[in-house]
Amino acid sequence: MNRLRRSEYHKSMGIIKTSKLIFDYLRYGEDEERPEVNRAIDGVDIDVEPGQFIAILGHNGSGKSTLAKHINALLAPTEGTVWLDQMDTRDEAHIWDIRQEAGMVFQNPDNQIIATVVEEDVGFGPENLGVPTPEIWKRVGESLEAVGMSAYRKRSPNKLSGGQKQRVAIAGIMAMQPKCIILDEPTAMLDPNGRKEVLKAVHRLNREAHVTVLLITHYMEEVTDADYVYVMDHGKVVMQGMPREIFSRVEELKEYRLDVPQVTLLAYELKQSGISLPDGILSTEELVEALCQSN
Amino acid sequence: MSIELKNVTYAYGTGSAYETVALADISMKIPDGQFVGIIGHTGSGKSTLVQHFNGLMRPTKGQVLFDGEDIWAGGYDLRHLRSQVGLVFQYPEHQLFETDVLADVCFGPKNLGFSQAECEELALSALRQVGLKEKYYKLSPFELSGGQKRRVAIAGVLAMNPKMLVLDEPTAGLDPKGRDDILDKIKELHETRGISIAIVSHSMEDMAKYVERIVVMNHGHMPFDGTPREVFSHYRKLEKIGLAAPQITYIMHALAEKGMAVSTDATTVEEAKESILKALGH
Repeated sequence: MNRLRRSEYHKSMGIIKTSKLIFDYLRYGEDEERPEVNRAIDGVDIDVEPGQFIAILGHNGSGKSTLAKHINALLAPTEGTVWLDQMDTRDEAHIWDIRQEAGMVFQNPDNQIIATVVEEDVGFGPENLGVPTPEIWKRVGESLEAVGMSAYRKRSPNKLSGGQKQRVAIAGIMAMQPKCIILDEPTAMLDPNGRKEVLKAVHRLNREAHVTVLLITHYMEEVTDADYVYVMDHGKVVMQGMPREIFSRVEELKEYRLDVPQVTLLAYELKQSGISLPDGILSTEELVEALCQSN
Repeated sequence: MSIELKNVTYAYGTGSAYETVALADISMKIPDGQFVGIIGHTGSGKSTLVQHFNGLMRPTKGQVLFDGEDIWAGGYDLRHLRSQVGLVFQYPEHQLFETDVLADVCFGPKNLGFSQAECEELALSALRQVGLKEKYYKLSPFELSGGQKRRVAIAGVLAMNPKMLVLDEPTAGLDPKGRDDILDKIKELHETRGISIAIVSHSMEDMAKYVERIVVMNHGHMPFDGTPREVFSHYRKLEKIGLAAPQITYIMHALAEKGMAVSTDATTVEEAKESILKALGH
């Protein structure tokens, strides 16, 4: 089936879709015959439309990274199915298309940078895809521009801050012109400024280049602008909805070992004490306005 | 126990074209039993500062005094100092190497010359203090979760019975629950054993909640040093040096600007709630 016919066939399907996804990690002891089974993903259904900004929240060990690795076929499902742009990730014939369309950015920037000059690092992906040289340079220029790193083009990645390195890693993915980009805790090792820079770059790619974004994080502040949020716990999707809906369920979030931004928590506490406020307040401005009205 | 830095300057690559001053004429004192937080953006000199506390780095100029004695004077026992001031690096779990958890925690006291039995006693006590369950003691450190590994690494330093614990970003990369667990344990150690704590962090919210004093680093200088309340009152200036106050500070200032009678120096959710309820007449 060529691409066109396939897309006609599944017209209603999103760019990332999982159906009843299950994944077991197997652990073999020294002399045990049967492996120990550790179910990391337990029946997950998600459906992402092209161009959306999706966040996946969950504490360490909740299964969110395992889920991410399924999307570009780094892992294959134990049961159930994952489709990336209508291609079944278990289909060996499409594995390189899948990895080109779904780019991954990981937590530690130092593990993702391989070249000694920024522009060469960004060009590494398209070079491996066999893109002609003039086109590679064009893409390198555009990708660095998109993440605000053009000024560092000729620098050594060693001398960059964590946030800058992470943006170079994102540019490297963008140069492969993916349809979606999956970021697995991209800000966990960064300081507050680095975190802001990276998020700004990701939002801009989503808005201007219309790249579908799947952001995995445990920082709740980072998901307030997402289109849709999934919360994972013990390999299952336990909450899903718009950020505002999710954030109004403070007690539940605490149960899943997550915490809410201070402003949301304060609004919740005030509400518990009898102040009338709307649910799921996400920003300082909203809270200040609501309080001034009730004053 | 007290640590004092007197006019400490530290420069990397002195004499070369790449000379960088990481600490510029810093003077500070940490008295016995204090819980102090050190904040600053990446490259501000925080890590260089804390590595002066136990003599891992030697000042280019100035003095470091431990209990009033110059640690760089001839004949000073640096090994003893390092058992007194325990330093936990960033991502300390990368330094775990032994075959099982207990052996790893024994490594510190073993190097201080304790017998095997004494080492194990110290290690067991340290593991209990960080709240790691006994069923993990005989496992390889690599079978543990990130938060557990980090607790093993902290136990490794605690087993040397330090009078002061210095932690460089102890919660980096942990999830919210893991972060609270570690910080609560550190607070408990501070309260029950009375050890001094110096903690490097990027989280203003955590600083507001746990520490009694905040030291701000910027380009090798120390522009602010005071209680969280005092330091966060300079929130506009903090922003200029790439830092911020907790979200609460911004909310309280915004409310005050709108004419609400709230106290702008609240730094935690609890304090803010009380102040707002009072202002609204509840």
